[in-house]
Amino acid sequence: MALQYLLSGITKGSIYAVVAIGFNLIYSATGVLNFAQGEFVMLGGMVAIMLAQLGLPLVVAVGAAVIVVSAVGCLLEITFFRKLRHHSILHMIIITIGLSIVIQEIALHIWDEKVRSLPYFTGNEVSSLKFFGAAISPQVLWVLGAIAVSVVLLHIFLRYTLQGRAMRACASNPEAAMLAGINIPNMRTLSFGLSAALGGLAGCVISPITMTHYEMGAPLAIKGFAAAILGGLGNPMGGVIGGLTVGILEAFAVSRLPAAFNDVAAFVVLLLVLFVRPHGLLGRPGGEAVREH
Amino acid sequence: MKHSALLAVGLCGLALFWGCSRPPSETVKIGAIFSVTGPASFLGAPEEKTARMLVDQINAQGGINGRKIEFIAKDSGGNPEKAVSFAKQLIEEDKVLAIIGPSTSGETMAIKDLCEQNQMILVSCAAAEVIVNPVARYVFKTPQKDSQAATWIYRTMKDQGITKVAVVTGNDGFGAAGKKQLEDLAKVEGIEILANEVYDKAATDLTDILTKIKGTPGVQAVVNWSIVPAQSIVAKNMRQLGMTVPLFQSHGFGNLKYVEQAGVAAEGILFPLGHLMVCEQLPDTHPQKKVLTAYRQAYESRYQEDVSAFGGYAHDALMIVLEGLRRAGEPDRSKVREAIEHLSNYAGVTGVFNFSPTDHTGLTLDAFLMLVVKDGKFTIYQP
Repeated sequence: MALQYLLSGITKGSIYAVVAIGFNLIYSATGVLNFAQGEFVMLGGMVAIMLAQLGLPLVVAVGAAVIVVSAVGCLLEITFFRKLRHHSILHMIIITIGLSIVIQEIALHIWDEKVRSLPYFTGNEVSSLKFFGAAISPQVLWVLGAIAVSVVLLHIFLRYTLQGRAMRACASNPEAAMLAGINIPNMRTLSFGLSAALGGLAGCVISPITMTHYEMGAPLAIKGFAAAILGGLGNPMGGVIGGLTVGILEAFAVSRLPAAFNDVAAFVVLLLVLFVRPHGLLGRPGGEAVREH
Repeated sequence: MKHSALLAVGLCGLALFWGCSRPPSETVKIGAIFSVTGPASFLGAPEEKTARMLVDQINAQGGINGRKIEFIAKDSGGNPEKAVSFAKQLIEEDKVLAIIGPSTSGETMAIKDLCEQNQMILVSCAAAEVIVNPVARYVFKTPQKDSQAATWIYRTMKDQGITKVAVVTGNDGFGAAGKKQLEDLAKVEGIEILANEVYDKAATDLTDILTKIKGTPGVQAVVNWSIVPAQSIVAKNMRQLGMTVPLFQSHGFGNLKYVEQAGVAAEGILFPLGHLMVCEQLPDTHPQKKVLTAYRQAYESRYQEDVSAFGGYAHDALMIVLEGLRRAGEPDRSKVREAIEHLSNYAGVTGVFNFSPTDHTGLTLDAFLMLVVKDGKFTIYQP
């Protein structure tokens, strides 16, 4: 039974984690908490479902969805942030809240209020993998796989490529980066594009489990945000650890308490951790974890 | 040249004016308040479409007793305050004969007293029992009661020899109302609730709650009561966990979309619903067969989308008012109200209505029937 709760927790946690990774990237490059990240997840799912229904193979639909959402991310940055006179973090955060509402409404008009989903990547609605009597949907492995690939690629990008290093430089000291000839606005656009791509991919892999509808973004963003904070803002691996921790906490909370309390349990632990380690489990004081890669 | 152009415009305007108000004494105004947009749009949108379609049909056939219907629809967005101001507008400015709607119970309760005080006929499309209990003379409603759905679920269980169940509900208004009915009726029907869990309406996965239920000894069936996507998630997660006990859902499952989303996991789900979704499977002698088939065909061919039980609530609300008008013979509110209160054996979409001075719902248990998902379709459950 305990193992089954653990697997349930991993299922939930993997969803929070995959959302949290996108949060972290924008934060580490710009210091902005992007509250529209949940909407990127929703858009990824919606676009992929639409393309899959047009008859495209799943891989192509998912790939195209990631590209489309990434383009939307870049476009939003260019339209709403580049011309901003004062790049105060607070202004930018408030803009992202506005954007999330606008994107939701637009999605409602392009698609509709109905619930839809991608087919399971392997197996179907009832298939499950058994471990010592406990069961887990094969789709969860796809989500975990997507997480692993994202984290590894991000790590390589930030550490070994010129662009990635430039992005880290912007985060750690924008003025020095500018003096070194780095185009900060372009770096910001790139970070929005990448985060949106990660969000889009997340939206595709979780769609068979959670299903996709226009309002799904905000609740996911809240949980992903909690996961990112718990793990340490700005650290991609921290988002993963944070997400899985929140998910597993929730699952075990259900085993002891009425299910209505599972958010309470998860957030109480989150608060306790933040009292002891205000910068999260893997974060560094000051939050600029990306510098340490 | 200028003058003749002006004259032409003036004449056109005059013609339009005449066109609108040709026989002023011969039209009857019916008001409607639906939440066409906002969180309850899945109720309000089909309701508004249905009412508009029926008014067009009836006017094309010459109206009621020679009077055309003028339909004045307001979109409340699910907001009770807006519902109140629209109700005032319909009562004081438009002076309509009757108001149909609102779509939600909260909005209906906000205008119940207002309508009663102004002697305005209100036929609500919302389900809560408080709308008609206590009875207000001018207030009626068309949907079935939640308690009737719960009774159907429990009676079907008893037929199958099930007495110990687990209940899971969403944490929204519909889920909370259902939870209360299921708890209250359990004792009456001799059912024991062994596990009772509430989940977040935005839940993404419910395997943890279902693991707890799976680990509760003696559970013979699971009842889920919600209107959110979690209805499909429950079904999928139960099968993924290898649970074999039957799953019962509320009438909120009456939407083929949810079956599609749950795929093969939806097979065998049992739930109570009105007759609309399975009207082609009813015998020709069934009293509602004719009205159901006609409504479904008209709606689906006009709007190119699947009909839903919610539109049926508006269908009945409008038709009941118009039947009252037909019987009263003149658009006099107190006479029409009197006529509605004495309607009996009136076949609507939701059920066969029998109103009385003490019963303003007019429906009995047989407005529901038990359905089962078979090969991805709704079919009538045969014990």
